[in-house]
Amino acid sequence: MTETALPPITLTIDARGSFCPGPLMELIRGMKESEVGDVIAVLSTDKGSKTDIPKWVGKAGHTLIGVFTRDGFDEIVVEKVR
Amino acid sequence: MQRVVVLGGGVGGTLTANLVARKLKKLIAAGEAQVTVVDATGAHAYQPGYMYIAMGNERAEKLVKPERSLLDRNIELVVDTVARIDTSVRSVTLGSGQTLGYEHLVIATGSRIVPEELPNFDAEAQHFYSAEAAARLRVALDAFTGGKIVIGIAGIPYKCPPAPLEVAFLVESELRERGLRDKTEITFLSPINRAFTIESVSDMATPIFEEKGIRLELLAGVGEIDAERKVVITDAFEEHPYDLLICVPPHRGAQVVVDSGLAPKSGWLPTDRHTLQVKTIAKPAPGQADEDIPRYPNVYALGDATDLPLSKAGSTAHFEAPIVAERVAAAVEGREPEGKEASYTGKVMCFFEVGDGKGTLLQFDYEHPPKPPKPNAFWHLGKIVFNKTYWHTVPKGRV
Repeated sequence: MTETALPPITLTIDARGSFCPGPLMELIRGMKESEVGDVIAVLSTDKGSKTDIPKWVGKAGHTLIGVFTRDGFDEIVVEKVR
Repeated sequence: MQRVVVLGGGVGGTLTANLVARKLKKLIAAGEAQVTVVDATGAHAYQPGYMYIAMGNERAEKLVKPERSLLDRNIELVVDTVARIDTSVRSVTLGSGQTLGYEHLVIATGSRIVPEELPNFDAEAQHFYSAEAAARLRVALDAFTGGKIVIGIAGIPYKCPPAPLEVAFLVESELRERGLRDKTEITFLSPINRAFTIESVSDMATPIFEEKGIRLELLAGVGEIDAERKVVITDAFEEHPYDLLICVPPHRGAQVVVDSGLAPKSGWLPTDRHTLQVKTIAKPAPGQADEDIPRYPNVYALGDATDLPLSKAGSTAHFEAPIVAERVAAAVEGREPEGKEASYTGKVMCFFEVGDGKGTLLQFDYEHPPKPPKPNAFWHLGKIVFNKTYWHTVPKGRV
């Protein structure tokens, strides 16, 4: 998905500075507190997040909208579908 | 008078207080300094021993001693809860209503388990995070005659990260000795994408799961417990039926630090990774660097209470305490902190049981991940000796 087509973000979780598995754990917590259809962005400086978060998202059956490299961090955008 | 108040009589609080009292001995004798420890129970528990109660090798009464017996005689002990910390007027209000003023505050209020945050946990899950729970797990293991054992983790961080892996390995060994292994399926649910948070330890532990025939499921944090169907549902909606469920309960920091506005809802105190001073806010504002967040000059945190990316373990508190003690003593004496105790390097050292009378050692700091030696009998015995000698060594600052 291109950046211009990104759906509106419902919740941004700023997990920058948090080490593995902090960003993933914060996303899981955020998902539990969100509604189906919500779009959640996780900001992470941890290198592992780029692989671990998409794997978890796939396993949980949510939708990975994209992984974007920003200035000094990654933004991983996920839609809650169940 | 320079008043040092230490909240919490666990490993971190007790050792820090003893080290400060030793450094300030002359000032205390002259009535110019005072060290006070506040502890809710007045009893000091050696929590790493709980796992051994569950494994049938330890008794609860051996794991607790009066806090007074571990403290330097120049330290005042107040047995009370802490109701409020007010940094603006440098005072602590206790449960009894008494107020203690301080010039230097050390927060060593630890972590607490909150099983009530996961519905059905108390009714369905066994654990080993208190002496009573560990004894119940022992009864459950004695009654177990075969079936499905699921070992899981309901939230990170939790106390003693290797403990659930150790329990998996020790339970597997026990069942083999009891002739029940062929009748038992053991599944370990790791909440992350490997067996353990630290990669080198994960690399060491993963083959042990294979050797022992323990099924390792990744990205499988315990999300729900369906008591009626006796099924664990993971954060990723996968189901694992169980006959015996052993689960690390959710953990949080002390409620008082949240209520006092010092920590976010999780209760983990935002803490400087080197000075161990408490930060005035949990996260930097947009565009603000972490080092630009002001620190309270006279408020420190250590042990489980902090938000540092380190093991919540007595060992962490043990190696942090000399830094807090040196910095507090230096502030009292009006000098700069000196030597290698001026700054914390992230040092942690702990033993790791793998069953069958073998163990290994995890030693690491912020810059150096652990390189665990191949599990052997030596490190298993090391852990046993450490457990037995703890009372005479760690709290008193002898190691």
